[in-house]
Amino acid sequence: MTEHSHHADHGSATAAHGEHHHPTWKEYKWVALILFVITVVEVAAYYIPAFVASRAFVPSLIFMSVVKFAIVVMYYMHLKYDAKLFRALFVGPLAIAVITVIALLFLFGQISLTG
Amino acid sequence: MATAAIEHHDAPHHHSSTGLDNTKIAVWAFIGSECLFFMSLISTYLIYKGRNLVGPLPHEAWTDPATGETFKAILNIPVTSASTFVLLMSSLFMVLAHSAVVRGDRKYSKIWLALTALAGATFLGFQAFEFTEFVHAGLTLKRNLFGSTFFTLTGFHGAHVTAGVIWLVTLLFIDMRRGLTPRDAGNVDVCALYWHFVDVVWIAIFTLVYLIQ
Repeated sequence: MTEHSHHADHGSATAAHGEHHHPTWKEYKWVALILFVITVVEVAAYYIPAFVASRAFVPSLIFMSVVKFAIVVMYYMHLKYDAKLFRALFVGPLAIAVITVIALLFLFGQISLTG
Repeated sequence: MATAAIEHHDAPHHHSSTGLDNTKIAVWAFIGSECLFFMSLISTYLIYKGRNLVGPLPHEAWTDPATGETFKAILNIPVTSASTFVLLMSSLFMVLAHSAVVRGDRKYSKIWLALTALAGATFLGFQAFEFTEFVHAGLTLKRNLFGSTFFTLTGFHGAHVTAGVIWLVTLLFIDMRRGLTPRDAGNVDVCALYWHFVDVVWIAIFTLVYLIQ
């Protein structure tokens, strides 16, 4: 499909604005496939009682979720290729939010270092 | 020089002293603030998780000791997995819509924008079905802590999806009326950023609310 070999033009056009390369159609296709596979693995893990009962269940689900989150942000939101200011505007508040959530969960006893 | 400026893809946009598009800076700042907003809702959900005095409960059945009435586990993972898949695919449609606008491909820009809006509307349909089922099963906003935090969190996310669908339909309407050209790529890009953000919020909600027991 001719529509899918196009990003080079846009990339050069936007470079002057601090935006750089955008992913190609091939990359978008792989990103979609990876997101789909990770989601399937997440849901499959939910239906394995032995794995749900294990200590690895929650960390592995959070890890997979973080990977999906990062892939969408880097490729679909093209933050990987964009200006550093955009990265700072997103990652700064996100880091504050994540640290606050973790602190609150410790404070309210939902997670603890002693298990 | 003037002609070159007019022909530039993002010519209608104003640029700040950083050399970056003002609109994109504003959208990224907005998305950053939305991170804090959704994290506050997610943290509230997680803090109250497992502290319900009465059912229905998300992952296990609960019997009311007073009446003997049994409430089954309320979450329907297969239905939510399907809606998650639809939302993930909508993000792919969105990037394809944006690239079609960048190329000036009016046929495919309409198709991908319509598919993105349709996927968003389908996700909302799944959510309406889920909320209706939950209310029929006895879970309301004030029934228990799970109901309060769940409906607030997913309801606000649904409201964001609704806003995104309206935005997409507006772009589609403009595309049908006068056609979106490469000069409009910046406008479609900020819509795409918002739409992908709604998607990543759902990625977090799906894991933290639905899958982690």
